[in-house]
This record gives sequence, C-alpha cells and structure tokens, in this order.
Amino acid sequence: MIVPLEHVIALSLALFSIGVLGVLLRRNAITIFMSIELMLNAVNLALVGFSRYYDSVDGQVFVFLVMTLAAAEVAVGLAIIISLYRNRQTVNIDEINLMKN
Amino acid sequence: MTLSILFYIAAFIAVASAVLVVLNKNAVYSAILLVLCFFSLAMIYLLLEAYFLAVLEVFIYAGAIMVLFLFAIMLLNLEREKALPHFMKFQRALSIMLVAMFFFGVSLIMVDGSGELHQPIIKFSAGSVYALGEALFTKFLLPFEVASLLLLVALIGTVYLAKRKI
Repeated sequence: MIVPLEHVIALSLALFSIGVLGVLLRRNAITIFMSIELMLNAVNLALVGFSRYYDSVDGQVFVFLVMTLAAAEVAVGLAIIISLYRNRQTVNIDEINLMKN
Repeated sequence: MTLSILFYIAAFIAVASAVLVVLNKNAVYSAILLVLCFFSLAMIYLLLEAYFLAVLEVFIYAGAIMVLFLFAIMLLNLEREKALPHFMKFQRALSIMLVAMFFFGVSLIMVDGSGELHQPIIKFSAGSVYALGEALFTKFLLPFEVASLLLLVALIGTVYLAKRKI
C-alpha cells in the first residue's frame, strides 16, 4: 500500500465531516443533496481503503452496491425536489414547513 | 514514493473542492466542483489499485449523477439562499460544534489504536474486474439481484413522480 491506511481514513473522515456540515448549514435542497453524495463518497473511500488493506474484494462489492443505491437515490430525490418546486415555487427548506404548524 | 505524492495531491484537491462545494452560493458552481472532487477520488481509487471502481466512479458519479444534478438545477429557478436569521445563528454554532466533536473523536480513536494498522500489505490481487465480477456473481449474487430490483423500483417511482399532477 502506497500510503498508511490512517491517511486514507483521515481523508474519508474529512470528506464525511464536510458533507455533514453541508447538510446542517445549507438551506438549498439541491446543495444538501450534493453534500449527501459527498458523504456517500467518503464512506466508499473508507471501504476501498480497508479492502486494499485486508486484500479482500468484499469491500469493493459493497462500494459497487452503494453506487447503485446512490444512482437510484439521486433519480428519486431529484424528482421529489422538482415536484416540490412545482407545488411551492421554492427549494429553500426553511419555507417547506408543512408538517411543522 | 512518487505515487504517495500523487495520493496527497489528489487528497488535497478532493478536500479543497469539497469545502468549496459546501461554501459556494451558486448551485451550478457547486455541481462543477463536485465533479472535480469525484475525479480526484477516482484517482485515489486508482492509486489504491481498485481499477474497476475508479472507472465506475467517473462513469456513474461524474457522468450520470452529476448530469442529472445539472439538469435539475437548470429546471429550477433558484433564487438566492436565505435563512430564518434567529434560527440560523444557533444552528450554525451547534452544527459546527457537533461536527468538530465527531471529527476529533474519530481522530483520537485512530491515533490511539494505531499500532495494528501500520504494516502495509505488498501483494494485492482483489482490484481487478475479474476478481470483482467473480465475487459479484457467486458470493454476492442475491445482493446483486436485489440491487437490480431497487433500480427498477427507482425507475417506476421516478416516472410516477414526474407526472404532471400527483
């Protein structure tokens, strides 16, 4: 392995934290969705690093399945966001508070 | 040695573009920067000898998913982002504190138990398309079929959601 496993995990941790911050701080539904993609990629990176470290293909199969899931999730999620925009004329999540009041 | 330098360059690009994705006010710029982040992650997969996954990362994430994102951004008429101000200040402080706690907590665990993780394996044979395909069609056949079912369900759901009125 060209770098220690800790460095791969540290990179994955940094990307995941940035993704969580994006979800918590941003108000735009599209940007929040992109941050979720970032978090999925961070987890993928950790899986690939461990797969390389333990010389096992299982982690890479998981990454393959996560990619399939991400594709399905993006298709459905963006359809939901677009139909939400069609009904409410906004994607600001502070204004979408139908269940709050 | 040169390969590890390449790894650190790619890692720096990935983190920098991820930070800019979160901070950027313009959603189109965020999407383009996210593509850059995915490309550097694909490079890291190559350096970790996961060749097939590197190709898939470029195809699926940088290709399909980001094109879908850009289509959605173009369809929506995005105004400038505005938050409820009193709520925002509290939430910002709380979320930054929470994420910092998470980050340093996991870092501490990593630094603490680092004795076992230091010996790298030289030989590696699991990154090829052959090995991945063999595992996918023998040991992981059921998850593979379930994933195809999931894609079918997502397809039907998207078509239903995209109808004029629901």
